[in-house]
Amino acid sequence: MSNKRIALVGNPNSGKTTFFNAITGANQHVGNWPGVTVEKKEGRCSYKGVEYDVVDLPGIYSLGAFSEDEVVAMDYVLSDDADVYINVIEASNIERNLYLTTQLLEMGKNLVIALNMVDEAERRSIKFDLEKLSKKLGVPVVATIANKEIGTDAVIKEAVKAAARPHIYENPLTYSENVLHHIQHMEEVLANKELPYPAKWTAIKIVEGDTHIIGRIEDSGVDQEVLDGIKEFHRFHSSDNFELEIVDSRYAFAHRLAEETVLRPKEEVTTLTDKIDRILINKYLGIPIFGLIMLVVFQLTFAIGEDLLGGIAVFLIEGLGSLLESFLIWTRSPDWLVSFMIDGVINGVGAVVEFVPLITVMYLLLSFLEDSGYMARAAYVWDNLMRSFGMQGKAFISMIIGFGCTVPAIMSARTMDNKKDRMVTMLIAPFMSCGAKLPIYSVFIAAFFPRHGGLVLFSLYAFGIIVGLLMAKLFNKTLFKGESSYFIMELPPYRVPSMKSVLRNMWMQVSDFITRAGTVIFLVVTIMWLMAVLPGSADPYSQQSFLGKLGTLLVPIFKPAGFGTWQESVALFAGIPAKEAVVGTLGMLYAGQYLEEGAILVNAVKQNFTALTAMAYMVMVLLYTPCVATLSTIGKETKSIRWPLMMAVYTFAIGWLVAVLVFQIGSLLGFA
Amino acid sequence: MNVKLTSLQKGEKGKVHAIDAGKHATKRLYEMGFNTSARVTVIKNDAGPVIVSINGNKVALGRGLAYKVLLARD
Repeated sequence: MSNKRIALVGNPNSGKTTFFNAITGANQHVGNWPGVTVEKKEGRCSYKGVEYDVVDLPGIYSLGAFSEDEVVAMDYVLSDDADVYINVIEASNIERNLYLTTQLLEMGKNLVIALNMVDEAERRSIKFDLEKLSKKLGVPVVATIANKEIGTDAVIKEAVKAAARPHIYENPLTYSENVLHHIQHMEEVLANKELPYPAKWTAIKIVEGDTHIIGRIEDSGVDQEVLDGIKEFHRFHSSDNFELEIVDSRYAFAHRLAEETVLRPKEEVTTLTDKIDRILINKYLGIPIFGLIMLVVFQLTFAIGEDLLGGIAVFLIEGLGSLLESFLIWTRSPDWLVSFMIDGVINGVGAVVEFVPLITVMYLLLSFLEDSGYMARAAYVWDNLMRSFGMQGKAFISMIIGFGCTVPAIMSARTMDNKKDRMVTMLIAPFMSCGAKLPIYSVFIAAFFPRHGGLVLFSLYAFGIIVGLLMAKLFNKTLFKGESSYFIMELPPYRVPSMKSVLRNMWMQVSDFITRAGTVIFLVVTIMWLMAVLPGSADPYSQQSFLGKLGTLLVPIFKPAGFGTWQESVALFAGIPAKEAVVGTLGMLYAGQYLEEGAILVNAVKQNFTALTAMAYMVMVLLYTPCVATLSTIGKETKSIRWPLMMAVYTFAIGWLVAVLVFQIGSLLGFA
Repeated sequence: MNVKLTSLQKGEKGKVHAIDAGKHATKRLYEMGFNTSARVTVIKNDAGPVIVSINGNKVALGRGLAYKVLLARD
């Protein structure tokens, strides 16, 4: 027998994923803004020795879906796959959350309510009568603090009980007489017919005029009589607004329920959130403060990740390298093995691993921002400016996520209501500089701008945003004409980030980076190493090797941008499978080329670049063709092969053009 | 007297009277709590989206959308 299934459903940012992590022991990404989870996540939990499948769904405000992530959640709820649904409700925001609950009850779902973040509600002096709430709703209600794992077991206990007993459909809602009359009429039309959803609920949805659901009913191959019945009803009532009446009766129910069971203080206490917001989203200060926050993030990244801890990693890798080399020579290993292990693995893969401290610090800081509640504010302060580029504030959240990794940034565009917004957001996502590019900049910064690391980094990221916005404007004028969608977003209260969740988010990304170093990067570097030492007739790492010949072919392309050696060209090529491989390849090639001791990557870069060509190279890396993982995500999200191809080409063109401009203008100004 | 949400100043209160937006946006507003008679308090209305407090929860609405929400002033 297969496991019983428990699904988590609720409003965005109500804490479903935190709850999911608590009961399944999973490490799914959480944050404090609406829309963190954009796909269905599955896990398992056990209670009294029995295993249950648990499904975490993206947040929804109601059973009407507009955006891709909401469609995922709604489809799941409609498919009726779960035996029991845990409806996670944000306690301080109970009234609005209950709107979805009423819809789930209307649908006859087997529910257990987790009234989450009751500690926060308590701080705002909001009190609940749980027993009464449970009685009025006809479902179990349990108070929880999911991030402290308080109450989560009790919820599972109730869910297990609910899954075991037969479920009775009971709709606690009352509708106006007029609406009720129509619903009953519709029920008669639907009586004894084969339907994809419960008949009572279907009748409500038809009267409500929910085009999405009606479309699904029509497509499900129902009886012609039902189709006629629906058509006739809407012809007769084309001017009536039953939707609003039904919405109002749901809210009336939620409102009444809240009045009877929730005690709110007479005057809303001015919270710390209000005080912080007075400054952070101030009319004039909002955007400068955003810039300042990012500058601090990059300065700290460099100060801690590079200056303080960077040396340790380099020391460890180099130490490991010399130990390994002595060992290989001592065991009389063949030359090729020594060359592969030292030039390929240590200087190539090792060059990437050296940056673990740096990216750890950056991911830590970004996770902290995500958990604090600032993301929604960033969307707010940027909305106006984004509009002048044909985008809306929500897109800015995707852009910040892109600082970590482009793949989730593209996925997060699912939360956009309108297709145009979503496409443009995905197309400009690669210009947001990701964590994998950080090692590349670090090498060049260490070689040429060691005293201004944070500032150079900040400028690069800012430049990425600017190019992204300009491209958005261009797309809006050409490929995707039309209005940008409306902006509506909840501003969650600021929360002191939980150490556990910040560290978890950080670790997931860092471990991904390390895994990539051991897999993709290792593979790319191995291939590059083979191409660099073959054919046997050529000197290894010379222009006569296969890699040298390939690089020589590419040289003319990059000559106008000032970095026209074959090694530099080939490294960019290696960056297409994964960006870290740029550093890995340069590390391997230069190490092979400069055999004398101590010629580490930074020194080699100093000899081969000037400050100006380094700048042009960094800009190229910032903008050119994104990695394969990004391209394939674009392919999956757009379900086409055309968009990833187009993206690969256009980003390359932009990167090249800007790098050439940087070099040529810089040369004219005498920076060469 | 009915007014547009954009014309209320910080601290002013009102009740949702009607929403004059497209089907899509209207439904979105409903599910976010902007149904008939919902009480809103304007928290911020200067540059950029209007921020209101609704059921003790803060929601930011783009100016274009806020313009389409009609309120009965308290």
